[in-house]
Amino acid sequence: MKRLSLLIGLLVVMGLLVTACRPRGPETIKIGLNAELTGGVPVVGASCKNGAELAVEEINNAGGLEVGGKKYKIELLIEDNEDKAESAAAAAQKLNAAGVLLMIGPNASRNAIPAAEVAEANKMPMISPWSTNPKTTIDAATGQPKKYVMRACFIDDFQGVVAAKFAITELGSKKPAVLYDVASEYNKGIAEIFKRTMEENGIQVVAFESYTTGDKDFSAQLTKIIQSGADSLFLPNYYTEVPLQVQQAHKLGFTGVIFGSDSWGAAELIDLCGPDCEGYFFTTHYAADIATPKAQAFIKAYEAKYGKTPDDVAALTYDAFGLAFQAIQAAGKIDREAVNQALHNIARYEGVTGIMQFKGTGDPVKSAVVLQIKGGKFVYYSTAQP
Amino acid sequence: MQTLVQQVLNALQLGSVYALIALGYTMVYGIITLINFAHGDIFMVSTYVAFFVGTALMSQLLRLPGIVVFVLTVLAAMFATALLAVLIERFAYKPLRQAPRVSAVITALGVGLFLENFTLATIGPDPRFLPKFFPVVTFTMGGVAFSNIQIIIIAVSAVVMLLLDTIVRRTMVGMAMRAVSWDKFTAPLMGVPVDRIISITFAIGASIAAIGGTLFGMVYTVDPYMGIRIGWWAFISAVVGGIGNIRGAMIGGYILGFVEIFTPVILPASTYRDFVAFSLLLVLLIFRPYGILGRPVAQKV
Repeated sequence: MKRLSLLIGLLVVMGLLVTACRPRGPETIKIGLNAELTGGVPVVGASCKNGAELAVEEINNAGGLEVGGKKYKIELLIEDNEDKAESAAAAAQKLNAAGVLLMIGPNASRNAIPAAEVAEANKMPMISPWSTNPKTTIDAATGQPKKYVMRACFIDDFQGVVAAKFAITELGSKKPAVLYDVASEYNKGIAEIFKRTMEENGIQVVAFESYTTGDKDFSAQLTKIIQSGADSLFLPNYYTEVPLQVQQAHKLGFTGVIFGSDSWGAAELIDLCGPDCEGYFFTTHYAADIATPKAQAFIKAYEAKYGKTPDDVAALTYDAFGLAFQAIQAAGKIDREAVNQALHNIARYEGVTGIMQFKGTGDPVKSAVVLQIKGGKFVYYSTAQP
Repeated sequence: MQTLVQQVLNALQLGSVYALIALGYTMVYGIITLINFAHGDIFMVSTYVAFFVGTALMSQLLRLPGIVVFVLTVLAAMFATALLAVLIERFAYKPLRQAPRVSAVITALGVGLFLENFTLATIGPDPRFLPKFFPVVTFTMGGVAFSNIQIIIIAVSAVVMLLLDTIVRRTMVGMAMRAVSWDKFTAPLMGVPVDRIISITFAIGASIAAIGGTLFGMVYTVDPYMGIRIGWWAFISAVVGGIGNIRGAMIGGYILGFVEIFTPVILPASTYRDFVAFSLLLVLLIFRPYGILGRPVAQKV
């Protein structure tokens, strides 16, 4: 009996100690990052991580984020989604369980769509920096915008139209062809919108060929495309596959112009593709060489920290964090509902990728740029307004 | 007509690579009735060896002619990959030779996963190209475009396959391999060193995969996951041709190359490719369960 009471006494003391050590309210704000660190598009994940770490470092070096009169440090939790739909959902669940205030990422639409389902179900605000597929923010069952999901980039409906108009007016294409990954939401979505826009403008897409993620041989489809007499080829595919497609097209004798979408915008595209991609175009989010003062400051800080020019993913991730920080401050408290409300109350935000306007949904309205690959660099070519 | 010839050339290029890898599956199965699911990843490792050796030799101030670098790269990849395969056999499969066959198959899958993730962790996920050993020259003849690399792939593969066929049918080592394959209990009684022959089989299978890997890396990108799909297709090639039969694997490889190329030509999309390949496999297994050239084997009790 004596021993028992001693044990109970000990437990009570320990309990008091534990309670005494627990801080009153969190000292840090946890933000989750769900990125493609390994898998099919590793550079996207690496740029996303770089952009995120830079944004968090800047806030923390300034003493933290001031919320409701108190400064909080930001704690970044990074999860690798392996560029797989199921891992992206699992990473979102893991971050939710870790109690993050909100989640940034994933980037590729094939990962962002399943992760958005998890965010929505757990009422966890999510901002995808780079996912351009409409389904990321739209509930497929009801057709209504999702309540907790936003993005920092334009959507494919816009990008597909920009690419199609560019092909018509700038390239003067009369017989466009498309080769796209049918197993990936992003590629499929943008290819279909491109085709529809072309047809609305009275131009028939002469070849509309598909392949599956991870394929390395496109000779069958490219032979069909060349046979169709196509004068231009649209490749809305990821930077890891585009070099193979361009080189194989050249080997098979394709001589027309090739152009693509924002998934081309990694410097690795130029390394892999070499002179084969010289002179080709793609639509994307921002051009490093015509940056605004805000963007220039970001580019300078990024170059100082990582020794390379930030690509669109890094810039959009930085903007996603900017949106998040502004919303947390506006909310005035560390609460998912309040932050989500504040995110949706943002009507205009000037980021490094330009001015975003939100019109009640999670999709910003912003302009796109066309870049050209010239002398082994991405060079600004033109701007398309929404 | 031009398009047809063009597509046949495309199919031959792809089929050559499948055939070279299928040989490794079929030889190992022939000798110890093990489906070596790690073989696709051994192929992947060989392309990385070729990548590093090739890059090192090209960047040196040696100024070696491209053809010499190419031959040296192939030899280095063959040697390193053969060594890897022999080590895998020695440490992962040999202790399980008396165990139920399913244990060895699971081990093979495990070895494959290990190779993939080891490569991912040490080298990273970025896709790479092998250096250009020679400039790519594209010829056009009667509307059909083909490159020197394509001809090299098809020709080298054909030569390697003829050579292997000769080794297996005409040399003492080949005879010993066939003896072990025929009856691994009687062969040692006749003085055949079974363990050494099994090691040699793994080494030959892996070095052929390394030749395929180097050729593959000259036209396609190299990444840690590349062995999975190609490995599966090569495995189907081996089964279609008759697993355990070397000539069958070669035929199977070309058949699968034609399936991959001609699916999007005949059907509306390449998406049907796996469907066609596996349907072919299923139909074949119903009517010729031992493959095109395989012989029915009575189960020994």
